Parts: sequence; C-alpha cells; structure tokens
Amino acid sequence: MTLSEEEVAGELGPAMAAPPSRGRVLARRFLASRQGRAGAAVLALMFALAFAGPLFSPWSPADKDFTAFLAPPSPRHWFGTLQTGADVYAVTLCGLRRSLIVGLLAALVSTALAALAGAFAGYFGGWTDRVLGWAADLLLALPAFLVLAIMSPLFGAGQWPLFVIVLALFLWMVTAKIVRGMTISLRQREFVRAARYLGVPPVKIIFSHVLPNLSSLLIVDATVNVSAAILAETSLSYFGLGIQPPDVSLGTVIADGSRTAIYAPWTFWFAAGLLVVTVLAVNLAGDALRDAFDPAAKGPR
Amino acid sequence: MSPVLEVDGLEVAFGDVPVVRGLSYEVRAGEVLGIVGESGAGKSVAAAAVLGLLPPEAKVAGSVRLHGRELVGASERELARVRGRSVSMVFQDPLSALTPVYRVGDQIAEAVRAHHRVTREQAAVKAVDLLDLVGIPDPARRALAFPHEFSGGMRQRALIAMAVANDPDVIICDEPTTALDVTVQAQVLEVLKKAQRRTGAAIVLITHDLGVVAGFADRVLVMYAGRPVEVGDVDDVYYRTRMPYTAGLLGSVPRVDGGGRRPLVPIEGGPPEPGRLPPGCPFAPRCPMRVEACDDREPPLFEVGAGHRAACIRWADVHRADVRRDGAERPAPPREPVTRRPRTVLEVEGLVKRYPLTRGTLFRRRTGTVHAVAGISFDIREGETLGLVGESGSGKTTALTQILELARPEEGRIVVLGRDTARLTPAQRAAIRRDMQVVFQDPAASLDPRMTVHDILAEPLRAHRRGAPEGRVAELLALAGLDPACAARHPRELSGGQCQRVAIARALALEPRLLVLDEPVSALDTSIRAGVLNLLGALKDRLGLSYLFVAHDLAVVRHLADRVAVMQLGRIAEIGRAEAVYASPAHPYTQALLSAVPLPDPVRERSRERILLDGEPPSPADPPSGCRFRTRCPTFRGVLTAEERSLCVETEPEVRPLGEDQAAACHYAEKLAVV
Repeated sequence: MTLSEEEVAGELGPAMAAPPSRGRVLARRFLASRQGRAGAAVLALMFALAFAGPLFSPWSPADKDFTAFLAPPSPRHWFGTLQTGADVYAVTLCGLRRSLIVGLLAALVSTALAALAGAFAGYFGGWTDRVLGWAADLLLALPAFLVLAIMSPLFGAGQWPLFVIVLALFLWMVTAKIVRGMTISLRQREFVRAARYLGVPPVKIIFSHVLPNLSSLLIVDATVNVSAAILAETSLSYFGLGIQPPDVSLGTVIADGSRTAIYAPWTFWFAAGLLVVTVLAVNLAGDALRDAFDPAAKGPR
Repeated sequence: MSPVLEVDGLEVAFGDVPVVRGLSYEVRAGEVLGIVGESGAGKSVAAAAVLGLLPPEAKVAGSVRLHGRELVGASERELARVRGRSVSMVFQDPLSALTPVYRVGDQIAEAVRAHHRVTREQAAVKAVDLLDLVGIPDPARRALAFPHEFSGGMRQRALIAMAVANDPDVIICDEPTTALDVTVQAQVLEVLKKAQRRTGAAIVLITHDLGVVAGFADRVLVMYAGRPVEVGDVDDVYYRTRMPYTAGLLGSVPRVDGGGRRPLVPIEGGPPEPGRLPPGCPFAPRCPMRVEACDDREPPLFEVGAGHRAACIRWADVHRADVRRDGAERPAPPREPVTRRPRTVLEVEGLVKRYPLTRGTLFRRRTGTVHAVAGISFDIREGETLGLVGESGSGKTTALTQILELARPEEGRIVVLGRDTARLTPAQRAAIRRDMQVVFQDPAASLDPRMTVHDILAEPLRAHRRGAPEGRVAELLALAGLDPACAARHPRELSGGQCQRVAIARALALEPRLLVLDEPVSALDTSIRAGVLNLLGALKDRLGLSYLFVAHDLAVVRHLADRVAVMQLGRIAEIGRAEAVYASPAHPYTQALLSAVPLPDPVRERSRERILLDGEPPSPADPPSGCRFRTRCPTFRGVLTAEERSLCVETEPEVRPLGEDQAAACHYAEKLAVV
C-alpha cells in the first residue's frame, strides 16, 4: 500500500543532519560547567577512596594497635589512632563507605517511591489519589526523628538496609506531590491522551509516557536527596539512632571523635572533612545536572 | 498624494541570521496594504522593526520614513513620541496585550493621556467614546470592566479603540483576527474598516489568511524567506499572479465556495530556514517551474505590470493552474451518488454533557451548570466523512471527548461500531479502541517527545499484541507519504506537517474503521495543510475509512466532508449533505457563519453581502430560553413579527428535515445562498 507520487510529494524535504542524542547533549552541557566537572571528579574520588582506599592500608577497622593509643597521624597510622588503638584511616573509610551506600540507596528508594506514588496518584486521581495523599500527609506530619529514635533498636547488627528503607520513607512526600501535579498536567497532554485512545493500558502509559517525561525532575531530585540522606544518616548516627555498632558510618565516627576532638583533633576532623566535601560535591553535581536538563537556565548552551 | 509610511530596503538580522532581507513598501493615507506570508516569512519582525520594538540584539538596517522623517536609528524619545500617536499597533493576542489588573477604560484613557495634555476626566470620556466607536454595547459601563471580563472579540475591539485613540496616520495590525472565530472576525474587520474611515489612517494588515486580505486590502505584498516576492494591487496579485509561490499559496487554500472537492495543490517541501537559504531564488527548491537559471542568483523584483512587481525570472510563464486554464474556476468533479451506505459506524443520540460550576475551595458549592452539549444526534455511515463544525464554545470538543472516552454518557446514547458504550465489557472496549482512532490538532504535542518515530508507530501494535512491528512501521511510513529514514528520528526533528503525518500513520497502525480527526490541519501552514488534506482524502478512498472531522474552519470541512453538522451552543443547528448545506444553508446561524468566511477572491469578496451577527455569543452556563441562537439571530431581530418571535422565545426548535438529507433546528428555516 503506497500512495501515488503526488500524494507522497508532501514534504520530503532534504534530510536533516541527525542531531546528537539527548544523552550526549546532556553530558556535554553537564561537563561544560566547571561546577559539574569539579563535583563529579570529587565524588568519583570519594568513591575510589571509600572502596579502594582500605586496600592500601595494612589496618582493618577491627584491628587495634596496642602500641599506639590516641597517636597523632604518622607514617604508620596515616590519620592517627583512636583511644582504643583503632586506625582512624581504616575506620573513617569504612564509615564513608557505609554513609555513601546508605545515602545513595535511600535517595534512590525515596525518589522511586515519590515517582510511583506521585504518578499513580496524579494519573488515576480519585481514591488512589486520596489514599496516597493521606499517606504522604501523615508521614509529613509524623516527627521523623521520633519515629527513627523509637525504631533505632531494630537497626543493630547488620540491619542497616532496614534503616535505609525507613530513612527513604521520610524523604519522598514533597517530591511525590510535585510529581503528582506534573502528572496531572501531563495527563492532559495530547500524546498521553493519544496513547489512552490507542488502547495502551494505564500502567504502561505511566511507565512509558509519564515517568520518562518527568525524568529530568526525578534525576535532579535523586541527586539532591543523596546529600539530604547522607546528612540525615550522619546526624541520626551521631545521636546513636542510625547505624548501630558494630557497623560504623561517618556519623558514628564523628560522634566518637567529638569526645576527643579538643586534644586529638585527628579523631574528628578527617571524618567531618570527608562528610563536608562529599555533600558539597553532590550538591555541585546536582546543580550542574539541573542546569544541563533545563535549557532555559543560564550557562553554555 | 505622498506616502505616509515609506519602508525602503529594510533589513533585520539576529546575529548572523538574516530574518528580513530588503523589504520595501509604502502606504498612503486611507490605503490598506496586506502583507501575506507563512510563519517564518519575517512579517511580524518587519512590523516590529518599523516601530523600533525589536530587542537590542537585532540589527536593523535600511530606512523607515514616516512623513519623510527617518525612524531607523532614531532616539528612544523620538520613537516614543511617534508610537501610539502617529503609528499604532494592533496585536494578535488581545489578552496579553491588555494589562490584566487595570480597567479597560483606564487603559484606553492612558493611551490618550500619553500623547495629549488632557485631564483624567476628559480622557475617560474619550475612552467611552472610543469603545462606542468600536461597537461595544453599553460602553460607559463596559469601560469599568477588567480585561478578563471581556470576550476575545471585545478585547480585540478594545485594542483597536486604543490604536485609534490618537488619530494615528498608520495602524499596523499583526494578525488581528487570527485568534478569533469567523463570525467575530467579520465583526472585528468591520470595526477596523469603520475606524479607518473615521481616522483616514493607512493600514498595514499582516496576516497569513489570503481570504482576509482579498476583502480588506487595496494592495498586497507577499513575503517569502524574509523578502517581498510579489507586490501589487489585490486584483493583479490574485488574478494575474506572476510569482509561482503566490500561485501555489492560492492553489493550496481550501475554499467554501464552488469547487467542493477540487484537489488542492500543495507546495512541495517546507520554507527554508533563515540561516540556510538555498543559492539563487529561495523558492526554487519548492518551485514547480524551476529551471537551471533559478539557482544562479536571487531574482530582483521585476516590473510585470502597472504597480505590479514579482521576483521570478519566468514571471511571464506563471499562470494560476486552477483559474486561468479555461478562463474560470474548474468545474467541480461530480460527486458519488447521494445514497448513503447502510452500515452505521457511529451513532450519537440525544447526547448530553453538563459540567458543574463550583465555588469555594473548602466547601464546594454548586453555583451553576455549563450545558456543554445539550442533546445532539448524528450518525456516520461506513466510508462517510461527517464534518462537525462550530465556533469556540459550541461544544464540539466536549462531544468528541465523550465519544473518545467510550464512557456511559450522562444522557443519551453513543453507539460505536454497533456497540452501546453504556454496556461495554473490557474486552469490547479494547476492540473498539482498536477500530476507532484519533488524530489531534497539535502534531508536536500529540507525539511523545522522547520516543523515536519507530517507537511511536510501534506502540499501538505492541499494545494490541500485533506481533513484530518492523515491517508494519515501514509500511505505515510509506502510507503516510514519509521517508523510511524518518523512523529513527524524534518528533522535534520533523516539521509540523511531517509530525502530523506520523500522527496519522499511528492512527492507521491498527487498521481502524473510524478515524476521529480533531482539527487535524489547523496548526499547519497553508501550503503544508493542502498536502495533509490530500493525504486524508486519499487514505479514506483507499482504505474505506469513515471520518469524524471536527474543525472550526468551514473551508477545510467543505473540502473533506460528505456531510456536515453545524453546532451552536451545545446543539446542532443544521445537519446534512455538505453540498446542500454549503450551497443553500437553512439555519440563520449557518448562513451567518458561511457568509463570514472570507474568500480568497477579491472581486467576489467585495461584492458579497455579509450577514453580521450582533452582540456576543451567550455563555453556555446561561443559554437563552427557547432557541439558543435567538439573541444573535438576524431573522429573529429583523424579519419576524412579535407574534412569530414568541415561538422562538418559548420553544426550543427540534432538528427537522428540509428536503433531501438536510435538516435545521429553526422554526423559520429558509434556504438562502450566501457564498
């Protein structure tokens, strides 16, 4: 089945050169900003340090050097030692690793939760919307700190994944409300209506039309959530409500170090410094990513 | 008489991209110059350049002289003295041109006070006078209203009032009626004429609508790729066309008169991008008369007649194919026999849809009801096209959504392909979704920007599990007249016309029997519109499709539809065979609607008698009693006796048949030829 010359003659204009793919444009825009480059580089460095760093040190976090208690940094102990004789370098990197993982996972889970709850609430409306809205409002009204404090005994002995989930549970609500609003407006867009009238099932429309078109928002939100989750995790762990011993995180390291910070600053400053640098790098990268996604934002085009 | 405004060799460039290239024209007092061109031709930029309204990064060269005084390069103070006083402007979008937080009267008074030392009271009185001049009823009270309380047509009149406030010498109108319904457009053009007679101003009318220019302008300037390509008296340009582009534009416009399904002649390809013009004549790549010499250099404007110039080296050979060949319009090809086929694909009976109007956020109270659709009935037989026509607010979109949703209607019945939507099982609904497809108005918005054309076309196949889509996608692209290479592209890499072809291909993917077309060409430029309309016509014949074609453009509907239903305020005013309805409409509303559509034919346009509707369309939340059209009806107001009128006030007319396949909802229907 083809049409005659005349009908085809419509507008087969000269073939346009295929423009670069969206992913490549984003990468170029992202890397064009100095913030983005710096943030990404520092973040990569942190990951390398957290995962490969311990390989270069003879000490493990559990080891104790009974010849050096609270010793300042030296060639033998690069970051010094704690009161117990534990190597600060080994303990800090172990904490950094845990903090990074918890932060990333919590951010991912909370953004996924926000995307699903928001998109379903916005797309289906009615009772789905009401129930999800109530859940979000309830969680917004509950004092997260209190709930986590009550639940903290459950997080001990390798139960940190549960902590990740609980942490994520308190991070998704605001984004979900934004996603819901955007879904409602997307729902009215003609390509979503077209898919509906084509007979595409609703859940499939959400996954193939609604969420991909919100991906910029979701990616930026996830990045911002990483720093929020890392900060939340460290502050909770600092108060002894998050990661429980024998697990360590930057928060517990800082809490331990803060007692001796005045006269043995190395027990505190390395962990605190890494935390600040990490969060800063995540924020820089997140800003650059948002600019890359939003062509209207200033910066190189 | 020396010209009021002379534009000479005007050039505008943004960065390295030339947008206007050597535009020259002049207008004399009392003269109307129409500037015609498709989107991207540079007409609006040129108008803004005349008033010095372009952003500072635009480079303007050439000369613009008002009464012999140079405006290009003039100081901002000097320009401010000229703007609004000697030259004023009417914009396309009347809502954004009025400040929402000030009263309309105050805004007009402000325009007066900007150039004259008058007291506040004097200015307010003048504002009321001006509103009266542009035909706004009860002007003293209306002057106190805010812009959002005005309808689109009233806002445009208020803008015209502002434009003529200081008796300008030149009024520049940039697409003044594009956003308006045809009956309102006719009113606004009438107001513009009146304002011109009153002030004796010259008017520069910028538009893409060849019909509006034909009836309104004395001289026409056709722009293409930033340059004038043909200039001359209206009659010369329309009847003795000397530029293939103008001929192509005129040949590609669907018309409400004659011809009927005369095949349109689309112009191949799309307009060139301003930064990447072809060598030689910019129209050469699309030109049917191209010869090798066309690529040598850009042709200058040749003198082809008295005051008639055209930029084509073969101007002597240019003839309008549809008009000139046999001295008159080509006769309409004979239609198929009148008998309608027996099988019905869509039946709508007494459909009603109301929307509640609510107030308050915490406690919702129902304060009223919008009767969007108030009982309409029609049916579509197999292989038939029904055009559903109406102005904004007539309820055509609501009716369409009701049908597409396949939900149980509030009242009445919708039977799609033999199944009543009120009693559908999920499996039946899925089957109907397969057999009824839709094409939307805005081609760019109806395609997911993140998918490739291949994925877009494969989506319906996957949703209905129709096996491997690869071969079918190529087939569909060919069917819609698209290059197979398009499959790998994203919608934003395609032109508007190509996007609409993709949307049509997607709708055809599942071999539907009924296609719902929601204003499928109103977002496209004239030359591209013709190609899409031809495609739709050809597909219908080839695949035996039925169309429900919803549009506000009567000419487009006439081109495609076998039958038409005219909607007015949620009711069907007239329904019947297209030829019958267009040739001798019986309902006063249809008559007014048809007479308001401008024809791209200056002589006929000048001699036509317009039926102008008075007043504003009533709100669907508060329709008049009895006949819903009576408040604007010329028959009700002018012809009927008081006794006859009472029937209109008391009884809502039913749609009753008037001869062979034509029916109108009017107590006093009388056939009348208006086009």
